Amino acid sequence: MFKRTRLHKILILMTVFLVIGFTFAGIGCVDKEGTTSKEGIIVKGSDTVLPLSQAEAEEFMLKHADKSITVIGGGSGVGIAAMIDGEVEIAMASRSMKDSEIEKAKQNGIDPLETTIGWDGIAVVVNPENPVNQLTFTQLKAIYDGNISNWKDVGGDDRKITVISRDSSSGTYEYFKEEILVGSEYRQDALVQPATGAIVQEIAQNRGAIGYIGYAYVDNSVKALALDGGEGVFVPATQEKILSGEYPLARQLFYYTNGEPQGLTKEFIDYVMSAEGQSIVSEVGYFPVVQ
Amino acid sequence: MKKGLYREKAIESLLYLSGVTAVVILFLICIFLFKDGIALFQKYPLIEFLTGTRWYPTSQPHQFGLLPLLFGSMIVTFGAIVLSVPLGIAVAIYISELAGAKEADVLKPLIEILAGIPSVVYGFFGLVVLVPLLQNMLDLPTGQNALAGSIMLGIMALPTIISISEDAISSVPRAIKEGSLALGSTEWQTIYKVTVPAALSGISAAAMLGIGRAIGETMTVMMVTGNTAVIPGFPDGLFAPVRTMTATIALEMGEVPQGSEHFYALFAIGSILFITTFITNIIAEYIKRKYRFNLGAGQ
Repeated sequence: MFKRTRLHKILILMTVFLVIGFTFAGIGCVDKEGTTSKEGIIVKGSDTVLPLSQAEAEEFMLKHADKSITVIGGGSGVGIAAMIDGEVEIAMASRSMKDSEIEKAKQNGIDPLETTIGWDGIAVVVNPENPVNQLTFTQLKAIYDGNISNWKDVGGDDRKITVISRDSSSGTYEYFKEEILVGSEYRQDALVQPATGAIVQEIAQNRGAIGYIGYAYVDNSVKALALDGGEGVFVPATQEKILSGEYPLARQLFYYTNGEPQGLTKEFIDYVMSAEGQSIVSEVGYFPVVQ
Repeated sequence: MKKGLYREKAIESLLYLSGVTAVVILFLICIFLFKDGIALFQKYPLIEFLTGTRWYPTSQPHQFGLLPLLFGSMIVTFGAIVLSVPLGIAVAIYISELAGAKEADVLKPLIEILAGIPSVVYGFFGLVVLVPLLQNMLDLPTGQNALAGSIMLGIMALPTIISISEDAISSVPRAIKEGSLALGSTEWQTIYKVTVPAALSGISAAAMLGIGRAIGETMTVMMVTGNTAVIPGFPDGLFAPVRTMTATIALEMGEVPQGSEHFYALFAIGSILFITTFITNIIAEYIKRKYRFNLGAGQ
């Protein structure tokens, strides 16, 4: 009896080791297949563009089983740096390359070429019960840097403003800081949410809250404000206004390549720019490039 | 006979090896954590890290002030302990002293289930149910505050506190309790004058382990405390948003460039966190050992 239970234990142990062993063997096989027998490129960069590139790459690989496209996030800056170093074929970016980056690329013998693959709009949202419908960039800056803390100062109720921001790893955080805060810091007492869904959730139930989210996330539980970027006209956040470029918080999404794309890189970018690829852009929640 | 001896030896060394592996892993984690944490101070002064009051990791120049995060962790943990320790002890007393055997058999496993709920589920519950409730009931600018974190962490620390204090209380020797009853004290007098003091060190260890659990918890606090890096006031800071050390690491690790100052700053926070929980555990272990000694003396 004693011997038998001991045997059982050994059997169980062996099974566990075998399972672990097979798992690693499996991982090894997959890895090999991915790197050697397939033609492949790497796309790296902005986390804003990441879900779009992933969706595009999945569809593309369904059509071309022998080709592999690896999509990696990390941020616009990270992607551009990798392209400058020649590590990746395509850099994804939610901003244009800085002059310093272009210079560095030229030094490395890389000639960056910009392709606009879609548009993204950032909506400034409040609770639907908030009477405020529009803000100027100056007011928005004052709210986010701490100079205005009550809704009555921007034409609303006498209520404390709960300012909501994304965490600092979000590309939208940087974009908003550049466009709205222009050199100032986010106020220290702003709520920081780890995800856009959490911002929507808080604003939907907090009458004093204000936040910024990708246009794709706007639903009935929040109200998007009309913004005035300094032209003296309030532009509502609608698809039409974002696509026409009138809405001040809209940005282009880019792919950067070294010179004219060739081979698989060209094939992939052509697919993204095709009618089918551009319909994926809308599915993911961004706006297709007007052609 | 000899074959059996070899087998015995083999199994013994296998077990020894497993034990050594655990210790080696611990040391490796320590080394890498501290190595990357200390790397920060080649570029950023240690004093500024420890006494800075502003956490702006991505602005120019960087500001890595630990204080708001440290105090954030402390106030949330403090609130959690204030809520969960009295409640936990009360439940432990009820289970071990007053409840019938059948009742205790049902209650104990139910409490253990609390410990098995994933923290993200607690966080989701907190965000959707507790946060709006707090905001409306207390008429606060936002329900995402230290109090919400404290309540959630308190609930999460309850199973630890209850089961360890329950162990401590039920291992108080019967003779002591019966002696007290025989001298004419009521059941309640026996509980708070004899049983609880006799089990006090075990209960303190339970509280310390509860603190350890609360200070290291990440997902739940990140979802309900608002993550505002300001030094909280006391006690009004309980009703304002705060950011803990754990939440900062989780929030910012995602996109921080490897090898940057910000990256090392997060490791430095991790080191501080590690040291804090390490000390808490040592204190808990020390108290626990003392309590074993007490028990021996009692018998």
